[in-house]
Amino acid sequence: MSADENLRQRLSSVGRRVRQWLRVQFSPVPLLGWFLAALVAVILEMLVGTPLARLLGMSKFPVLFGFALALAQPVYIPSAIVYVLLIYVLPVALVARLSIRLGNLLAGWLMRTSPLLSVVVHLGLLYGTLHLWAGLSDYRVLVVRLMLIAIMLTLSLNVVNGYMGEFSCSHPGFMALGAYAASLFSVLFFVGNDAFGAPLLPIGLGPFLFPLGLILGGAVAALGALLVAIPSFRTRGDYLAIISLAFMFIIKSLFENLEFLGGARGLSGQPDWASLPVVFAWTILCVWTINNFVRSTVGKALNAVRDGELAADAMTVDTRRTKMVAFFFAAFWAGVAGGLFAHVLRYVNPGTFDLKKLAEVLAMVYLGGLNSVVGSIVGAVSYNLLSEALRPLELYKWIIIPLLFIMVMIFRPTGLIAFREFDVVKLLHPREGTPGHAGPGAVEPQAER
Amino acid sequence: MAFFMQQVVNALQRGSFYALIALGYSMVYGVLMLFNFAHGDVFMVGAYIGFFVSSGLLALSAVGFLSLPTGVTLALVLVLTLIISMLLNSVVGMLVERIGYRPLRGAPRASAAITGLMIGIILETSNLALLGAQRRSFPDLIPGETIHVLGVNITPKKIVIVAVSLLLMFGLHLFVRRTKWGMAMRAMAYDYVVVPLMGVSINTIALLTFGLGSALAAAAGILYGVAYPVLDPYMGVLFGWKAFVAAIVGGRGSVLGAGLAGFLLGFIEIFVAAFLPSTMRDLIAFSIILVILTFRPHGFFGEPYSAQLRL
Repeated sequence: MSADENLRQRLSSVGRRVRQWLRVQFSPVPLLGWFLAALVAVILEMLVGTPLARLLGMSKFPVLFGFALALAQPVYIPSAIVYVLLIYVLPVALVARLSIRLGNLLAGWLMRTSPLLSVVVHLGLLYGTLHLWAGLSDYRVLVVRLMLIAIMLTLSLNVVNGYMGEFSCSHPGFMALGAYAASLFSVLFFVGNDAFGAPLLPIGLGPFLFPLGLILGGAVAALGALLVAIPSFRTRGDYLAIISLAFMFIIKSLFENLEFLGGARGLSGQPDWASLPVVFAWTILCVWTINNFVRSTVGKALNAVRDGELAADAMTVDTRRTKMVAFFFAAFWAGVAGGLFAHVLRYVNPGTFDLKKLAEVLAMVYLGGLNSVVGSIVGAVSYNLLSEALRPLELYKWIIIPLLFIMVMIFRPTGLIAFREFDVVKLLHPREGTPGHAGPGAVEPQAER
Repeated sequence: MAFFMQQVVNALQRGSFYALIALGYSMVYGVLMLFNFAHGDVFMVGAYIGFFVSSGLLALSAVGFLSLPTGVTLALVLVLTLIISMLLNSVVGMLVERIGYRPLRGAPRASAAITGLMIGIILETSNLALLGAQRRSFPDLIPGETIHVLGVNITPKKIVIVAVSLLLMFGLHLFVRRTKWGMAMRAMAYDYVVVPLMGVSINTIALLTFGLGSALAAAAGILYGVAYPVLDPYMGVLFGWKAFVAAIVGGRGSVLGAGLAGFLLGFIEIFVAAFLPSTMRDLIAFSIILVILTFRPHGFFGEPYSAQLRL
């Protein structure tokens, strides 16, 4: 008994020391350093990925960090681990650790010159990494695009379910409205089909006017939100949940009955305009506006409404207007995401926007964390990665993922990263380990006991 | 007129399924203020339990375990199936409560709704994994000739289905209104903060609520199997969500309201399908519900309340 305890104590002390060592080594790495390191790792994969994979006995490089391969053919588990270590983990750790001084200098200089420039450089690096990483296989491009769209959806639902504290089930409906409106825009004006006849405008103009189509999709979704908002925001309670659920069924059924949009067969022929850079740009725009929205006075008013509607009313918050604005805003972005979704798959049908989609969006929001922009990003990314990685398990995937969700809900009922503010400037600041140079983002060395 | 009456009979049958399932939602929502999104799949599990129990009982009687006239045997099998499956399914419901809802008692209510949703997915998938994808056909427990009354075709199935579901609803009503346990449930619905201080355990009441709702869902599943003898693992999804909407339209925690709203939904669906293209069914049914909720925000029999979401 005592020997066992002794061992456990020693192990936990080893674990603590490892963690402390990691923190000392890696806490001074600025975000710029991590992005640089990721870029290096991706370039490394481009150069030696396939030969290394061959050397390790795999037919080609593992597409998604080797999860899918390892699950499909357990023989390859060691090779996949070695591959991930050699291509991703080691280079990232090495470059990040070695570039501390340079990265911090650079990040500091960028921040002093112009925060905007710093943001642009960071985004450029992030996009470059994603582009190169995804460029190695078509499957990765599709996964990344769908993941970015999922981020937009999750964020917009978080505005309603997290920041406003209601339970809305209508997001698949808004998404469907946006998807159909944007598809109609591009098919009617630029592609043409049997139902609509010849295109009205030359297709060369299409990619430039595509944003208009997406905005149209968002606007249509926001109009649809009116139908939910007018009856449901008169009182508080679980009222929105039911009305929005009814709305979702109505929208799905409506599209099944609109024959000129293809009815239940769906609408196809959307041009391939939602390429990776386009989706990336829209996602960044979405994250940026939603982050500003929730940190604005309206966003704070929204939190006040959630925490006590009467009190907020007494403090001169126009509660009804606030809720309406937030709901339209969320619906708009869901519509834009729907439009992009339709152009990524280049086909929509009403069956896509059903209860399964609803469960997926809700799961991403509650997994990531309520009331948090970072949380939504984390939730969408981790859900999508998990879902792709477990694909070889087929049926059992839908037992493992729900079980994981139940565990998360039991141990962290509000999600992984809830109620956290997303401060871009703080994130991009250089990080110095020494207290003298501590910027606003510096991680204070914590006292170890 | 005969056509109209025929539709009324069909609507009564369809409405009984909705009403029985809606009662389970309504009770959980009324007593614990929670959405039990697993309930539709509990209904599915109930139908499968009913399938296995009735098949087993029929096999027993086939080997000569009981030598009674066929009609009596089938009636006995139906009654036994109902009782056994309701008991077994209430255990399933209690397990759902124990695993998905009790650990989240102090958490935001929406989180509990998510665990319910996830348990529902697990139930569907494990059914698919355990039993395979082929559809099961429910044994015909209520054979009989169609009776013609004034040009309306009525099968014994329809009579039994409507009668059993009305009987169960009446029984539940009596239970909630006349017994001490029912009183505890109503008290919990009134105030779940103070009532536990009066010596009523919220965990016991939650188990009771989930158990009762799941038992009714099992009954609905068996009756559904008798009426439409094809079972598949996803049969509870759409049915469950529709019944959920019906439960809310009936009013929070009202047995009578949930029952009536279930029948109303059945009537709307059948009559839309009878007079309009059947693809318009959901569109019109939910539009009518939207209008009802706009003018009666708390449903037919719900009291106005202000839910603090505890987020």
